[in-house]
Amino acid sequence: MTILIYDNTWPGFLTAIFDAYERKLEQARICPQRTLQPSLLYTPINIITDNVKAKRVWLGLEKKLSRTGLQNVYHSFLSELPAIEDHLLEYIRLALTLDGAEKAYGNSTILRGTQVAKMVYREKHRMEAFVRFQLTKDGIYYGAVDPDFNVLPILISHFEKRYADQKWLIYDLRRKYGIFYDLEKVQEIELDFAKPEGGDIRSIFSEEEEIYQTLWKDYFIHVNIKERRNIKLHLRHVPKRYWKYLIEKSP
Amino acid sequence: MSERIREKLKILADAAKYDVSCSSSGSTRKNKNKGLGDTGNGICHTYTEDGRCVSLLKILLTNFCIYDCAYCVTRKSNDIKRTAFTVQEVVDLTINFYRRNYIEGLFLSSGIFKDADYTMERLVRVAKKLRSEHNFNGYIHLKSIPGASDELMKEAGLYADRLSVNIEIPTEQGLKLLAPDKDRKDMIQPMNFLKNEIILRESENKTFRNAPLFAPAGQSSQMIIGAAQESDKDIMFTANSLYKNFNLKRVYYSGYVPVSNDNRLPGLNTSVPRIRENRLYQTDWLMRFYGFQVKEIVNQEHPNLDLDIDPKLSWALRNVQQFPIDINRADLHLILRVPGIGIQSARKIVDARRFQRLNWEHLKKLGVALNRAKYFIICNSRNYERRDLSGSQIKQYILSGAQSKALSAVAIQLQLF
Ligand code: SF4
Repeated sequence: MTILIYDNTWPGFLTAIFDAYERKLEQARICPQRTLQPSLLYTPINIITDNVKAKRVWLGLEKKLSRTGLQNVYHSFLSELPAIEDHLLEYIRLALTLDGAEKAYGNSTILRGTQVAKMVYREKHRMEAFVRFQLTKDGIYYGAVDPDFNVLPILISHFEKRYADQKWLIYDLRRKYGIFYDLEKVQEIELDFAKPEGGDIRSIFSEEEEIYQTLWKDYFIHVNIKERRNIKLHLRHVPKRYWKYLIEKSP
Repeated sequence: MSERIREKLKILADAAKYDVSCSSSGSTRKNKNKGLGDTGNGICHTYTEDGRCVSLLKILLTNFCIYDCAYCVTRKSNDIKRTAFTVQEVVDLTINFYRRNYIEGLFLSSGIFKDADYTMERLVRVAKKLRSEHNFNGYIHLKSIPGASDELMKEAGLYADRLSVNIEIPTEQGLKLLAPDKDRKDMIQPMNFLKNEIILRESENKTFRNAPLFAPAGQSSQMIIGAAQESDKDIMFTANSLYKNFNLKRVYYSGYVPVSNDNRLPGLNTSVPRIRENRLYQTDWLMRFYGFQVKEIVNQEHPNLDLDIDPKLSWALRNVQQFPIDINRADLHLILRVPGIGIQSARKIVDARRFQRLNWEHLKKLGVALNRAKYFIICNSRNYERRDLSGSQIKQYILSGAQSKALSAVAIQLQLF
């Protein structure tokens, strides 16, 4: 069997799909460089990312899939789950053969596509909720995150619309890149920094930062109705792994 | 300086927390001229330890109040600390919380100081300042104070996304007993005024592209549950008439939290009727999204909702003769009536069955709760419930199969907030 190796990027993945079709590979696997494990069972082919090919694949999909269908493909890709590429190849094969296939939920490939996309969408939504900006001395609202999936690319439009009049930076600590808005546009950036949360908060963040954090914590405690305490429900909505971002949950 | 603000925030958040409405969705306000903020589907930025969504900075402008409503912590006769924010303080808090992504916006309510207009004028001033001085496009929910002038209501609608008047007690007698200085008419009147104003502005908006927004997220209201001795039928009939007569977007049901030893009210140590509150929300959803008429769920013979099973199941058990229905053929609106099938699953079923006939396995994967649904449907399988079971038999099977689940499901339903 052939294994197509791409450069971890979205256009790279679409190019791999293109090549799989062009080479008429009936049985192929697609694997990102990042998780590649050498194996004698597969013939490796290195895919060279080609934006023209990528675009053609996307245009092809646009003809067959609704907006939700397209979103399912892209969002599933961002999940970075093991073998998600193989799964997407199958999803795309179905979508290109059968009209409206994205709604054939009785089919397990299609259903899984929707479910993975939903998980990613949920993570996106959680980040929109849980990012906590802290104002730095140089006037940038900075928020660090560590999402389960690679959701930064799909957060841009939400934060750009909302915080149009302030500079902000959301940084993915796990994947080591961030999105930065400089009042004009959003760019991907990589930082080389000694973790800001390690240092003394007062040296990096503005003076008023501490005041508002305290006020926010006060508010969080006082809006709670003690008689109705329901920690199970609380934890379902705010799972512990997200607490590290949340000012109101930090000691 | 910040210590004084802290003190005020604690007191005025405490006093505001019994208003359960937290929605920040449904507005069409967009960021303009690269200002601050945007509205959309609404986001819960965190959840309190009681499991409720925190989406807005929900505070009172002041907890001074000239009224003495028995069920309210802010009532005049209650011996508590009183304080008030200045307009600027509320504006600063809102902006700074918003910029840090803590909140979707502001929900500002108030005790009544001096009179209705005086209070309303201040609420409006906060909203006006946020909109015009700070180009703030986040969500603003203002309480409309019963008895405030039409002029002020109109102005409020120009700055706020949502306005609300709380009906507080579901029945008129209950209100008379617990809040003798209040009059149901004073609550209905602003609702009616706003309804008409919203309709008028909407038609203007269609004609003139740049007509200003007017309360684009509409009106809502809240009822306190369990403070007066009302039945679930009383509550849901009132809710239904609010939806129908005033086009309310949402009605909230807030289980009474004992705040007083007043003998007109449940005592201080009685618990919050949480399960009941849940069942009311479920009924509300059945009315708004599942195509049920209120009187199908609660009526003369069944004035109160069952606490041990959800209202859709109760309805189905009283109407077993309408089942089973065929999942592969029945209309969407009938599928929606099957216990254990939610809106999402119902839609997926209708989509998926165009490609293949669905069996139990499929239904399970599509998220159907088969332990309840299996008594009411047939699908592409020779296995189905062949016995001619009565409603009470089915109920017994379902409850014995999922005794503990039935109760923990209550917690899940709380997500409806
Ligand atoms: S008027 Fe409002 S704030 Fe004042 S006591 Fe009555 S319910 Fe409470």
